[in-house]
Amino acid sequence: MSKRRVVITGLGMVSPVGNDVRTAWEAIQAGRSGIGMIDRFDASEYNTRIGGAVRNLDIGEYLSAKDARKLDAFIHYGLIAAQQAVDDSGLGDYPALDRDRVGVAIGSGIGGLEFIEKSVIQMDTAGPRKVSPFFVPASVINMISGNVAIRFGYRGPNIAIVTACTTGTHNIGYAARTIAYGDADVMLAGGSEMATTRTGVAAFSAARALSTRNDEPEKASRPWDRDRDGFVLSDGAGVLVLEDLEHARKRGAPIYGEVVGFGMSDDAYHITAPPENGDGAALAMRNALRDAGLAPEAIDYINAHGTSTQVGDVAEVKAVKSVFGPHADKLAISSTKSMTGHLLGAAGAVEAIFSVLALRDGVLPPTINLDNPDEGCDLDFVANRSRRADLRYALSNSFGFGGTNGTLIFRRYED
Amino acid sequence: MSTVEERVKKIVCEQLGVKESEVQNTSSFVEDLGADSLDTVELVMALEEEFETEIPDEEAEKLSTVQDAIDYIVAHT
Repeated sequence: MSKRRVVITGLGMVSPVGNDVRTAWEAIQAGRSGIGMIDRFDASEYNTRIGGAVRNLDIGEYLSAKDARKLDAFIHYGLIAAQQAVDDSGLGDYPALDRDRVGVAIGSGIGGLEFIEKSVIQMDTAGPRKVSPFFVPASVINMISGNVAIRFGYRGPNIAIVTACTTGTHNIGYAARTIAYGDADVMLAGGSEMATTRTGVAAFSAARALSTRNDEPEKASRPWDRDRDGFVLSDGAGVLVLEDLEHARKRGAPIYGEVVGFGMSDDAYHITAPPENGDGAALAMRNALRDAGLAPEAIDYINAHGTSTQVGDVAEVKAVKSVFGPHADKLAISSTKSMTGHLLGAAGAVEAIFSVLALRDGVLPPTINLDNPDEGCDLDFVANRSRRADLRYALSNSFGFGGTNGTLIFRRYED
Repeated sequence: MSTVEERVKKIVCEQLGVKESEVQNTSSFVEDLGADSLDTVELVMALEEEFETEIPDEEAEKLSTVQDAIDYIVAHT
């Protein structure tokens, strides 16, 4: 059986840099940060008081108040991004759509943390009879995929891969393979996260993972800069409609780009830190290149994991150098997390969207706040300003706790 | 001070996401107001909180209409 080609025909996003794809992509090209002070709860006693929140999102435009109340915010974001992606793809206007052949793979790194917190407090203060019957369906991770299926009647494969900060990337890769293998014609894929809760921020802060640049939130996420001091925790969701090329052509769908490679690996090293040489990340990139049947020299742009942590940023540079050799100096690599912050399980999905739009528009997104590149950080990071370039292949990296790595490769769409 | 009836109807509207005009005393939570089994559990919890009472599960199962809820509250608070 030969693999079927998989194209991207719809995009949806809610994020700190915008609550739709167009707004977010404009912000990224302009180098605008979405980071600000945390105001979802009183963070005054926290070491870190900054984050990337979703702001001014009208949930009522997408969900009734009754339905919204039964779902954690991470499900709101995922459902809204999915609705946008479906609208964008025109799937709802295609009467011949076989819903048994449409599936969903949308995950989250952490899930319904805010709902879990509230329920535990309720349990503690009022007793077990006061725990909401909606607690479980409001907070478990596969309930974005479940609710999307119910909303649109999609009865195909339904799954939610959970791999920390690699979640979005793994769901997209898995969904693409589901189509390539023939198990579905269309898949909604991506990730969602809302972990900037009292416990979420406290926990990442305790792990010394977060930036404490509270006086300059917009400058806090600064991948590869020598003054970086950790990542910025952010919220949001990204969903892509992936589709069998022939199916997309038949219905005259808009085509943004093509998924051509997917690779996975693990560091097998430490629960939260990567090895200094980045060899696990390198293995994921090599596996993706092999899957795509590409030489390293084919890659024009890398959307890095690049979270703005001390060890992680340098390890990724080493990994890129080991995979690409001399070509590492010719390709461009940037971290859109410099603007969005780190959306954990949604990161791979929003970065896949930016990678695909970079190819479509011939624009390299910048790494902002890169004032003084750190020692050993000497690649073309598209520092501070986006620029135009003729791009054919883009690679997107995601690395997560547990040492789990995922790499996607996209191609500009050509017939 | 609102009557028991008004307070019950207000909670039904909030919990089930329906308009006040849709809620009659004879309305069935499941058949007329679109509640599922989980909605009815949460509705009972909201009534317990509003009226500072505890409705045992075997009694809660018998509350199928708005009037059933009003009657129960009036008799037990």
